[in-house]
Amino acid sequence: MHTPIIEIKGIGKKYNITHQRGGYIALRDVLANILKNPFGFLKHKVMQVAGLETKEEFWALRNINIEIQKGDIIGIIGHNGAGKSTLLKILTGITPPTEGEIIMRGRVASLLEVGTGFHPELTGRENIFLNGAILGMTKKEIVKKFDEIIAFAGVEKFLDTPVKYYSSGMYVRLAFSVAAHMEPDILLVDEVLAVGDAEFQKKCLGKMEEVTRKDGRTIFLVSHNMGAIKMLCQKTLWLEDGEIKEFGNTDTVTENYLHGTEKEGEKRNRNIVPDSSKDITFTKVWVTNMQNTPTTHIFVDEDFTIHTEFNVNKPMDTAEISIFLRNSNGINITFTNLSDVFNQKPYSLKKGTYITSTTIPKNFLMADDYVVRLAAHERGIRDIDAHENILRLSIIDNGSPMTHYGKAARNLALVLCNSTWNIARKNND
Amino acid sequence: MSGIKTMREIIIKPKKTFSLEDFKEIWRYKELLYFFTWRDFKVRYKQTAIGILWAIFQPFMTMVVFSLFFGALLKVPSDGIPYPIFVYTGLLFWQFFSSALSETSNVLIANQTIITKVYFPRLILPFSAVATKFVDFGIAALILGGMMFYYGFTPELSSIIVLPILLIITFMAAVGGGLFLSAINVKYRDVRFVLPFFIQLLLFVTPVIYPASIAGKYSWILAMNPMMGVIQNARAVLLGTAPINWILIGISFLVCLILLVIGIIYFKKVERYFADII
Repeated sequence: MHTPIIEIKGIGKKYNITHQRGGYIALRDVLANILKNPFGFLKHKVMQVAGLETKEEFWALRNINIEIQKGDIIGIIGHNGAGKSTLLKILTGITPPTEGEIIMRGRVASLLEVGTGFHPELTGRENIFLNGAILGMTKKEIVKKFDEIIAFAGVEKFLDTPVKYYSSGMYVRLAFSVAAHMEPDILLVDEVLAVGDAEFQKKCLGKMEEVTRKDGRTIFLVSHNMGAIKMLCQKTLWLEDGEIKEFGNTDTVTENYLHGTEKEGEKRNRNIVPDSSKDITFTKVWVTNMQNTPTTHIFVDEDFTIHTEFNVNKPMDTAEISIFLRNSNGINITFTNLSDVFNQKPYSLKKGTYITSTTIPKNFLMADDYVVRLAAHERGIRDIDAHENILRLSIIDNGSPMTHYGKAARNLALVLCNSTWNIARKNND
Repeated sequence: MSGIKTMREIIIKPKKTFSLEDFKEIWRYKELLYFFTWRDFKVRYKQTAIGILWAIFQPFMTMVVFSLFFGALLKVPSDGIPYPIFVYTGLLFWQFFSSALSETSNVLIANQTIITKVYFPRLILPFSAVATKFVDFGIAALILGGMMFYYGFTPELSSIIVLPILLIITFMAAVGGGLFLSAINVKYRDVRFVLPFFIQLLLFVTPVIYPASIAGKYSWILAMNPMMGVIQNARAVLLGTAPINWILIGISFLVCLILLVIGIIYFKKVERYFADII
């Protein structure tokens, strides 16, 4: 064994919940609070200093120990919030770890976003230099690679046009082209392959593979795209809740990942503690795939069914049962009502236990994590029984027609549309 | 590419104490410093139709308005020299300081997308902000040259030494204060709304539009304001209003050095967590 190019020893990263919540504090509010309640503020400070205060904190990463050999391409997979991006950010030095140590032997460059620092007012030529410098290239390197970069991006004609006039495709091609011509020993890539058209992506992947073979470059690649991971990476790291679930041969790990997520899904189906004081009370919610197996991990191209079970404690003629789906950005994607199938008329519920099942069509939800909201209500009058975020669902992209748009698709649209297209040539001259 | 053996090791650890290594690192990233400065300059003069003229126009128009109201109408004393050149000398240094200070305090927020996506020593950003303003200073200084020629002033020979010292003091004051403010700005985003107000107040407690001599025996209080030492001595050496006050330069230098050190220490202390909270 050679000396590993990267040694990650016991890395952990702790966040205070307040950090996670994002947003910022206004000095105005802080000062106002101090003035309004000076003793409360003092007490708070003293507790904080004395370490008595119970702080809400969580570990985004914990006990990460791996060694990487030169020339390896490592895929990093896991669900949203598993710590993939945090690991990458620690490796680049953007954010410090809370514990542990990393030793890297070589020049590191990161590509967490395509076109970081691109300025719309500057021309293509100027942005190549600026972006190159931000990514860590020296001016000499950029000059040397300049012709290659523009040829690869295919924007020769627009070199002296401000990039604000570029089409998004041109923009991405130029940005990626700069990045693809970096020559670090270690390259850290986060989900950026998801941009650009499929053709250009293939070109980029090819380019990456080529330089890796030739120069023995080491690459870390975070992706939800199992196809890209399988194609590029020999080894894969699977993170789950901030810890290493598995690290090894890509085929084995990705297989276990896709399989394991199914099994784990069974646990996630929820029993709800019934509240008999309510007129209607939910007792269970679960999801099954087409094989009728309970799961919470669904492929983009399969139908799935959301089942609910509820008790009716008092006969209701005006009750409505609704299911809402919200994506990881917190946007309500869709809802569906029991009455929709009965011509908008509420279904008359007698006393007893009911089971519903609602099938959501395939190729409709994008690959993302979703939460389910469940509600029994009288429309516009009152909620009888409602449960926010009662179930978590992951839609996994296993090669739908939209795969190649990746995460970028989520910036373009909220749902997929399995449309039919016709094209015909009108005249024959 | 060279092999592993020749490459330096990068070690990432939880807490890094402030060390000489930080300055070496900035030196390694000097090209990026240059590119950030170059970017800001390019972008700014691309967006304004009158381009470079803007750097001249701002202090020049201020000088005209001040000369009209404070000089001609209010008859503010000016140590016996024409008021326009008196106030312009003050404005030149003042605007370098104030614009550098406000630019620096905003620089982290302005570059947050880069900060969260790429690593580089964050200290580069405030430095580049000041460097951009320094270019403006250079352009505006040309006008002063023209005015000195017009009014028949010859700078003293010692200005070759004194002017760079004054510039260094201004630079330290702007960066020192700016580092502190920019770091606070990341945490408390409303700081930047208050800042212009304080900068404006500072203008009136700095002898820009009036000579320090009007404060009489209390002028030592003004001496705590480092910009006073800068402006007063700039006038002394360029316009011969008074002999060079080395003591004042010394005090200003010391105050700014302390400010800079505090600024850097505070900045380094919170720097590591910018990406988490920005």
